[in-house]
Amino acid sequence: MTAALSVDSLWKIFGPRSDKIIGTPDAELSRADLKAKTGNVVGVKDVSFDVAPGEVFVVMGLSGSGKSTLVRLLTRLIEPTSGSVQLGGVDITSASEGQLRDVRRKQVSMVFQHFGLLPHRQVIDNVAYGLEVRGVPKKERRAKASEIVDLVGLDGYEKSYPDQLSGGMQQRVGLARALAGDPEMLLFDEPFSALDPLIRRDMQNEVIRLHRELGKTMVFITHDLAEALKLGDRIMILRDGAIVQIGTPDEVVARPADDYVKDFVSEVPKAHVLTLKWVMREPRPGEAMDGPTLPVTTVVRQAARAAIASDAPIRVMDGDTMVGVVDEEDIMRVVVAEEEA
Amino acid sequence: MSQVGPGLRATAYVETEKLNNPKDRRPVEPGAAPPVVEDSGISRWVPALAIVVLWVVAWVLTKGTHTLDLPSLSRTDLHDRLTEIQNGLLESRSTNPFMQFTNAIADVFRSTVDWFQRLLSKPAFPRPVPQIGWLGVTAIATYVGLVVAGWRIALLVVASFLSFGVLGYWDPSMDTLIVVLISVLLAIIIGMPLAVWIGTSARANAVVTVFLDLMQTMPTFVYLLPIVLFFGIGTSAAVVATLIYSLPPIIRIAGFGIREVPTTTIEATDSSGQTYWQRLFKVQLPMARKTIIVGLNQTTLAALSMATLASFVDGPGLGKPVLQGLRVNDVGTAFVPGVLIVVMAVMLDRTTTAASERSERIARGGGHANPLQRRIVVLGGAVVALVAVYLSRTYVSLAEFPTYGIGRSISTAVSDFVSWITTNFGGVTGGLKDGVTDWLLNPVQSVLAESPWYVSFLGIAALALVFGGMRALAVCVVCLLGIRYLDLWHDAMITLNMTLVATVLVMALALVFGVWMARDRRVDLGIRPLLDAGQTIPPFVYLIPVLALFGPSRFTAIVAGIVYAAPAAIKLVADGVKGVSPTTIEAGRSTGQTTWQEITKVQLPMAKGSLVLATNQGLLYVLSMTVIGGLVGAGALGFDVVYGFSRSEAWGKGAAAGLTIVLLGVMLDRITRAAADVRRDDGPGTRRAFNVRLPIGPPGT
Repeated sequence: MTAALSVDSLWKIFGPRSDKIIGTPDAELSRADLKAKTGNVVGVKDVSFDVAPGEVFVVMGLSGSGKSTLVRLLTRLIEPTSGSVQLGGVDITSASEGQLRDVRRKQVSMVFQHFGLLPHRQVIDNVAYGLEVRGVPKKERRAKASEIVDLVGLDGYEKSYPDQLSGGMQQRVGLARALAGDPEMLLFDEPFSALDPLIRRDMQNEVIRLHRELGKTMVFITHDLAEALKLGDRIMILRDGAIVQIGTPDEVVARPADDYVKDFVSEVPKAHVLTLKWVMREPRPGEAMDGPTLPVTTVVRQAARAAIASDAPIRVMDGDTMVGVVDEEDIMRVVVAEEEA
Repeated sequence: MSQVGPGLRATAYVETEKLNNPKDRRPVEPGAAPPVVEDSGISRWVPALAIVVLWVVAWVLTKGTHTLDLPSLSRTDLHDRLTEIQNGLLESRSTNPFMQFTNAIADVFRSTVDWFQRLLSKPAFPRPVPQIGWLGVTAIATYVGLVVAGWRIALLVVASFLSFGVLGYWDPSMDTLIVVLISVLLAIIIGMPLAVWIGTSARANAVVTVFLDLMQTMPTFVYLLPIVLFFGIGTSAAVVATLIYSLPPIIRIAGFGIREVPTTTIEATDSSGQTYWQRLFKVQLPMARKTIIVGLNQTTLAALSMATLASFVDGPGLGKPVLQGLRVNDVGTAFVPGVLIVVMAVMLDRTTTAASERSERIARGGGHANPLQRRIVVLGGAVVALVAVYLSRTYVSLAEFPTYGIGRSISTAVSDFVSWITTNFGGVTGGLKDGVTDWLLNPVQSVLAESPWYVSFLGIAALALVFGGMRALAVCVVCLLGIRYLDLWHDAMITLNMTLVATVLVMALALVFGVWMARDRRVDLGIRPLLDAGQTIPPFVYLIPVLALFGPSRFTAIVAGIVYAAPAAIKLVADGVKGVSPTTIEAGRSTGQTTWQEITKVQLPMAKGSLVLATNQGLLYVLSMTVIGGLVGAGALGFDVVYGFSRSEAWGKGAAAGLTIVLLGVMLDRITRAAADVRRDDGPGTRRAFNVRLPIGPPGT
């Protein structure tokens, strides 16, 4: 199966004559040095990755790491300096204005941090906006929009104006607007950063639910590691516009690519994220091999009870083959290491 | 101890910069060198003082020599050459394509106005009366008020129109309205595309803003001379002048509104795949609607103020009787039409404002509780208006406004009142006038105008360097050389002096009232409506009461200038001081500062940008008023211009004076702007733009 989204050596440099920099030794300079030397700022630096259909791909980084720029490059809300973006078989970087508009109308929708709702339109017309610009008749688009409004749990608020709603509800409108066009892919630009923690949790669960129900491909930008771990099938960590690491949540936590990532994940409760894959070992000679079995994808915390209850080490299974064992002590090591950190 | 540390001062600097220059918003990159420490503004005053002292010394030694004084009715060769150029152009009217072009435009305007006049204000041959009589006009206007702004405004409109007729100025009032209407319509047709252009393109904004700045730096009066040359005198000149003057506000304010639509919203809707036109008509224009209507409001008021001033070039309307009264120092005659101009200003202002509020309400779903009732009102009103039009075409008494003596009695009463004041309070007003004249006006004028011209030249240039740096110096030197070349140096210095003195007084008022308003909400609520009202009145009208109190003199022009400029300056200072972050004030209070320390060490320094802006605006307002003041005895450049209008052989001198005024304006504007590197997004015509805060924006910001 081909990738839903394929990004190849994508660059964005802000400033005058930015296209002259790529390929020269200047491109290798650090961000601060390049700024000092040429006055240009690197937004995104030589980024390549693929996203599979149906995957939730999280891009994570601190502010200024280029993640918001990156997501805008994907539909050319910002023009890339060089590189290519393939989206559902369309080459975005070379698409004409009309093709690009078509992609934006049908294939990709975006949810924004500050919602970007139209204050002079009711909720229902905000949600229907995408359908309106493609010329869907009023009756039809309103029917579709009201369906989506129900889906995101806003029934009854169709006639409200955005400024009458709370932040969380406004973001539901944003979500509904993105879903209304029935796109293949959703882009989220820090959608929940402006919300308070409880609402944020609700909205995260909402995204998980929608993903389960609708199975859309999602690219999700966040600066919140917990959010990234919770939602992502895979996580890409950016720093100063460049990729530091791409991997599944447990990979990132268990095997951070460098000190930067390590520092990032140091506070993560590892027992909640790591699977047995990362703590199992080869059986020692003479060890009892009649303990209970658990799949290799089991999270450490869930394995703890079984490990304590059993005298013999747990056999870790990948399908029908045993790939390793894990005992009470191995599990305690993860938990205790965390306490000490 | 409550010394404000350098850190706080640095914050203040950054704050102003942030407000004024979005480019500098980005913080320093990590690892880069720390930013260069800025000089605090205070030290500038030391060299400035030294320059003034040197200047005064030079003045004492050389006073009265090389002042380039030119007696008020004499001319130089340059002036005569300018007059010849004008004559040449006028003679080439039938051969020069540009002149033919402007004359053709003038003809179109003239016949358009003529058509409207026949409709509303003068006999439409073979009828002895206009096509639509007063009853019909009033009914239509009221109907429009009712539909766009509600019944309260409709009542205001009825009352205003009746007052035009009852006080005996029906025809001139209609003429003024016609000129305003045509100009505003043209301003919208020309201005809105430009507004969209500057609202959507940063480059266009940069280019167009330069022109708008120039147009708005020019005192109104100055437009008139070249316009007369190319469009002739009378209605065509009135329409052209009014159009040019009323164009900048709508371009600037509507452009601002479109530009201020939040990027997130644009991005969010762009990401839905909208086309350029969908973005414009479904997102940008609706979201900027309220600001656009504010622009329309400002454009309308600017049009009214220019339409009255156009009486100088024989434009029709209410300005004419005011001008006649002022020319012969007859306050009584000028009073009634002056009042009607104010009535018209209030009517136009309230109607456009109410229409904007109403459109906003409807856009947000708070529209008509009862659509059926609305339909009945709209239809019924239309029928009533049509019936009224029919009646006014049929009965002479409903076509021609009956004559009442009340206007004349008011004139007489006012004249009597003025002589009573002069008799009884002449001492007080005279004392005030003489005090300011002797102690402030004359000494400064003496230094400025009685020094040899090269001494003043050097003094002004040196001050420009101190306050505005090299760029201000360059502009200043160019302007001063131009003024010197135009042979009106002495007059220019006198006008400059009046402008400076009046601005100092304006700023004193602005500081006192501005800070007071910012610190006390109730004061703000009490004073602001007065200031708003003051700003809707065309400047011309201010001369009337001031002339009544002080008689014709330089001081009169200065007082008129102060009255004209103070509202804008006070509001700018008040808003600037109020804009100081409450956190900073709280932090200051927690160190135990006194109120005085809070004002002088926190609020005013942090509002520095607004203070400089207020000074800038004050200077330009006052300049444009001291020029009009030429009419009431202010002499100098203003008189030269007026004289140029009235005598064809003095046209060249008037034109030179006009150019000198422009150079003075540019010089003052550039120096004050450079002084704080303030970006000005306003000008004399667009005063209320400063109050424009978009009601809509991303939540939580």
